[in-house]
Amino acid sequence: MRRHQGPYLEDRIKKMEERDNMKKKLVAILLSLALVASAAACAAPAATDTTAAEVPASGNPVVKIGIYEPASGDNGAGGKQETLGIEYAHSVSPTVEINGMTYDVELVKVDNESSNDKAASAASTLVSAGVSVVLGSYGSGVSIAASPTFEAAGIPAIGITCTNPQVTEGNTHYFRVCFLDPFQGTVLANYAFSTLGVKTAYCLSKLGDDYSGGLVNYFVKAFEALGGTCVQDTFPDGNSDFTSYVNNAKNSGAEVFFSPVSTEAAQLIIDQAESQALGMPILAGDTWDSNVILQAAKGKSVDVTVTTFYPEGANAEFDTGFKAWVSADATRLASNGGDDTVAAVTAMGYDAYYFALEAIKKAASVDPAAIMAALWSTTYEGVSGPIALDQVNGDAIRNTAYVKHANNETGMWDALPPVTIG
Amino acid sequence: MLDFLHANLSYILSGISVGGQYALIAIGYTMVYGILRLINFAHGDVFMIAGLMMVYLSTALPVTVAIPLVLVMTVVLGFLIERAAYKPLRTAPRMSVMISAIGISYLLQNAALYFTGGLAKVYPAIPWLSQTVTIWGSTTKMVTVVTPILTLVLVVLLTLLIKYTKVGMAMRAVSKDFETSRLMGIRINTVISVTFVIGSFLAAVGSVLYFTNYASVTPVSGSMPGLKCFVAAVFGGIGSIPGAVIGAFIIGIAENVIKGGTSIFGFGGSGWTTFSDAFTFALLIIILVVKPTGLFGEKATDKA
Repeated sequence: MRRHQGPYLEDRIKKMEERDNMKKKLVAILLSLALVASAAACAAPAATDTTAAEVPASGNPVVKIGIYEPASGDNGAGGKQETLGIEYAHSVSPTVEINGMTYDVELVKVDNESSNDKAASAASTLVSAGVSVVLGSYGSGVSIAASPTFEAAGIPAIGITCTNPQVTEGNTHYFRVCFLDPFQGTVLANYAFSTLGVKTAYCLSKLGDDYSGGLVNYFVKAFEALGGTCVQDTFPDGNSDFTSYVNNAKNSGAEVFFSPVSTEAAQLIIDQAESQALGMPILAGDTWDSNVILQAAKGKSVDVTVTTFYPEGANAEFDTGFKAWVSADATRLASNGGDDTVAAVTAMGYDAYYFALEAIKKAASVDPAAIMAALWSTTYEGVSGPIALDQVNGDAIRNTAYVKHANNETGMWDALPPVTIG
Repeated sequence: MLDFLHANLSYILSGISVGGQYALIAIGYTMVYGILRLINFAHGDVFMIAGLMMVYLSTALPVTVAIPLVLVMTVVLGFLIERAAYKPLRTAPRMSVMISAIGISYLLQNAALYFTGGLAKVYPAIPWLSQTVTIWGSTTKMVTVVTPILTLVLVVLLTLLIKYTKVGMAMRAVSKDFETSRLMGIRINTVISVTFVIGSFLAAVGSVLYFTNYASVTPVSGSMPGLKCFVAAVFGGIGSIPGAVIGAFIIGIAENVIKGGTSIFGFGGSGWTTFSDAFTFALLIIILVVKPTGLFGEKATDKA
């Protein structure tokens, strides 16, 4: 009996196993299909977030402007505020006249995730979307990383608040509407040496970060030229323990703490400065001009001073317009850090949008090459001051930096006298 | 000597504190490895999610309610991850489970990215823990003092649980021989669930302490501490609880001592802080080359 049953049973088992396997396979295939479908459904609007339809109701032709900004990562908060400035400008002027024809401006947004390795693919997304000109990015590192992609595509890019000289150096397609780090570093060094009257500075930057590393470098040069001494430290990516850095600053005999790092690290530094009783003023560059810093410093015994592009209150019309626009929508308000503070980067984003429109008008074309040629001689009177570019690198000619001090009681910026050099 | 200690106390204090927080996470790695021979890559992200839960819960609830709720929810999360992503793969090759763990890790990170919008969330100040205290001239937060004590208490409790309770005995049996203990009638799934529950609970406690000190939670907040705790577990001998705790304290203290290198070793400049992370991972390589079983690791016996 057994001899007869053996193969029969084996056969049964085999068949059952096969059926079981098939079922499993089917489930796996169905599951992965569902995943792919849902991913596609999510990814499609997320990758390129267009604010206007391909063919708008007005029937006007369309000119596309790319927004190359971080919406997440270290610089997500700042990138979102800069994007808000561009979007506000777009809501005020959604069209542009080219050769007597009205074009609708369409904004194409990508998130470069504040990451140098994501920069190229984010930039390619804009290139394949067919944008005529790109605005951004907040953060010099990502701008430098995306530069070759824009160059290869022949699309001009306008840096809004990326202050590292390397962004525009030695190329003809990257422009910039803000001041540069050699200037900002000098302003900060002068402020520390002359106004604060300190002789030793502790400088902290992030390892491998073009922005903070560059700015510290220029600060050190200017500060040592004045006769001061600097103690330098760096922290690695992903670090959130700043206790020892605060201790290093205290032990080094420094009298000022200079840390022009991302706002994400800034929160932690302010927090540790308070709990470790740093006991010296903290100085930083334009990134710290953010309500993230104000919220972190509120109610704490820290002394934070920053240099920036635009002080709130300088242009009442822009300020009130923006505040009303941002308060009208909960998502915008959240992107602005939960209140209606006007960040300098927002004003710069606003100016950059109009500067780009001026260039498009001047070029009388939506062709990227024509806009690139026109940008060199474009001028615009912005809320942050007049914008005209030098003819070497395409950088804005600016000689004023605004100085702000965080008020720990009100949680607002107190304006200090602006610094003009040259 | 005393002067030296006095001058550098703050580095050592923060080293001990962060070491204690690493220890609580490292136990989760080492216990799961001991029982399932699985490196649970999602553990660091469970720690991050616990931090995010606290951020959101504390906006609506008082801290005294929010903390227990965070502990419970993290435990549930750990339990569910095990049931959903690891249990169905019990008979699959070990590599599949590990890949599943990596998948869960990215799933949690991206879910956090979606919910936070990619921005850093400020961790709420917990009244007593966030208080500033001065110890022998160095100022720090209360949490720095509480962490090592709480860590030691929890480790002692855990050791007692493993030594003297029935479930503890079952855990030891399962980690010795998975198949045999199953034949002996031990409910393997319950034991594994308990392991995940304990690991997640300790990670949640660790997250409360860690984020009170470094008050900002981002979607990737868990990955660096997670990696370092994994190194701590390997350093101490993966599978061994005292090993993980000692490894974590060594890494935490060494990291901060290196950051304070200029002051402690009396020379150097900016070089020291640059290499604080490099040290941790160099340690991993050295221990793997010199003593692959770690400080307290069992001798590798192939049970195949």
